[in-house]
Amino acid sequence: MQIYLPIAEVSVNAFLLLGLGGIVGILSGMFGVGGGFLMTPLLFFIGIPPAVAVATEANQIVASSFSGVLAHLKRKTVDLRMGTVLLIGGLIGAAVGVVIFNYLKAQGQVDLLVKLCYVVFLGVIGGLMFIESLNAIRKTKSGKPPARKKHNWIHGLPFKMRFRVSGLYISVIPPLIVGVMVGILAAIMGVGGGFIMVPAMIYLLGMPTKVVVGTSLFQIIFVTAFTTLLHATTNFTVDIVLAVLLLVGGVIGAQIGTRIGVKLKAEQLRILLAIMVLAVCGKLALDLLLMPSELYSIGASGGH
Amino acid sequence: MILRSLVTLVFWNFLTLSTAAAEEVVLGLSKDRISITTNFDGSEILIFGAIKRENAIPEGEPVQVIVTVAGPSLPITVRRKEKKLGIWVNTDAVDVDSAPSFYAVQSSGPLFEVLTDVEDLRHKISVPRAIRSVGAPAEIQDSTSFTEALIRIRRNSDIYQLREDSVEVAEQTLFRTSVRLPAALTEGDYVTRIFLTREGRVVSSYQTTINVQKVGMERWLFELSREQPLIYGLMSLAIAIAAGWGASAAFRLIRT
Repeated sequence: MQIYLPIAEVSVNAFLLLGLGGIVGILSGMFGVGGGFLMTPLLFFIGIPPAVAVATEANQIVASSFSGVLAHLKRKTVDLRMGTVLLIGGLIGAAVGVVIFNYLKAQGQVDLLVKLCYVVFLGVIGGLMFIESLNAIRKTKSGKPPARKKHNWIHGLPFKMRFRVSGLYISVIPPLIVGVMVGILAAIMGVGGGFIMVPAMIYLLGMPTKVVVGTSLFQIIFVTAFTTLLHATTNFTVDIVLAVLLLVGGVIGAQIGTRIGVKLKAEQLRILLAIMVLAVCGKLALDLLLMPSELYSIGASGGH
Repeated sequence: MILRSLVTLVFWNFLTLSTAAAEEVVLGLSKDRISITTNFDGSEILIFGAIKRENAIPEGEPVQVIVTVAGPSLPITVRRKEKKLGIWVNTDAVDVDSAPSFYAVQSSGPLFEVLTDVEDLRHKISVPRAIRSVGAPAEIQDSTSFTEALIRIRRNSDIYQLREDSVEVAEQTLFRTSVRLPAALTEGDYVTRIFLTREGRVVSSYQTTINVQKVGMERWLFELSREQPLIYGLMSLAIAIAAGWGASAAFRLIRT
């Protein structure tokens, strides 16, 4: 069944969009990532104009994250206090990121920078997570108890706060900084930032994996809602018909994904996310390194 | 029979045309307005007509017919990738001032036979001529390869079509063809031109427009997004939140 999208001005198969939304929704619920880093390239691939894809994707992430958070709230695996601290940092970071983005746009080559950002961050995060989870799996197999988190310099910082759900008593400064950094990257790369946020919470803040997913989804809702409004009012590129098709699949997928996520062990969950991140990274790296079949590309006028 | 009655019908509509040329086009379209609805999946337009003459059919080679349909033109930028430090990056760019968002050329014979280069240049009929480029920046020598690439890319995705031998001409008087418009249409006026040629020279031409417009919900959403962007954005968010909550509630019901 073909559907004409009023803003994108293309006609696409409705079932294809429902399917894509569903798959990305499952991943979103399982890993606590928005799925933007997967969905946006997929939308380009089926012929949605990039500007519309990026903006509409933000709207769809709001829906799947909200659906995911509700499932996590029921399970009490959302650290609202930690989420709020991260969100404050995230919004500050997003504002800074937009400024950086516009500066780079004026310098040209912003596309390249975004792609390089993806390759570097996905590669580093995916690689580290992969190695770490492999080690963790090996340790549990050999029967040794997982090493207890050590006290490090982070615990010496002031403004300590108790995060009961996460079982942490740490300073608010590290989560704030993580929020700002993720916000900046999210604005530049045009995604919710879950795939950076999740590992940062696990490895930098030492939060338990189970709590991380719900908390990440919680703050993603607000960051992407903000992005959607920004795109809708400045670029007019949010396609509501496209968004509805994607999010119907997405919200159902997120519910299924959350249930799958609960059944998996934390190490397994992390290794799967690591593999997925590395796969996307590899694809993007190949695009940059291999000679494209068509050297020329057509874009809207203005800006080089 | 039907065709003839249609032709007679349009014949009367166009009787008021000037009679300067010896041969004139009398045109009919199966529709002069295309409405884009939610389930719009491309459209086929039947273009038919007759050649009106005051005198007998001229001697020599038979008359040939060329039909072009052009979508609204937009300025675009064509970029080229080059390998720099091991990775492929966009380097050179050429602005094309005006490239139609859709362009179809249909003719009653091979284009190089029914149309000379000079006439093509004057009337901008073939695909390369229909694209206007003021010229590339001075540092780019091979600017033609950019316009060639533009045509190649758009032809591969069927946005630019060249279908020779697709116009049927009967008795040097009646002609008909059909143009397939793709599903991804831009709104606007689609200029339809008919050229009559003899020995490669254009002896007569005729021009009309087909109006392509979004209707119903498509129109409403499009206008809302432009005129009330904040409300549109909030509406998108409300739908997203409602859908997220709805799915969560539905799954809870299923499980209990």
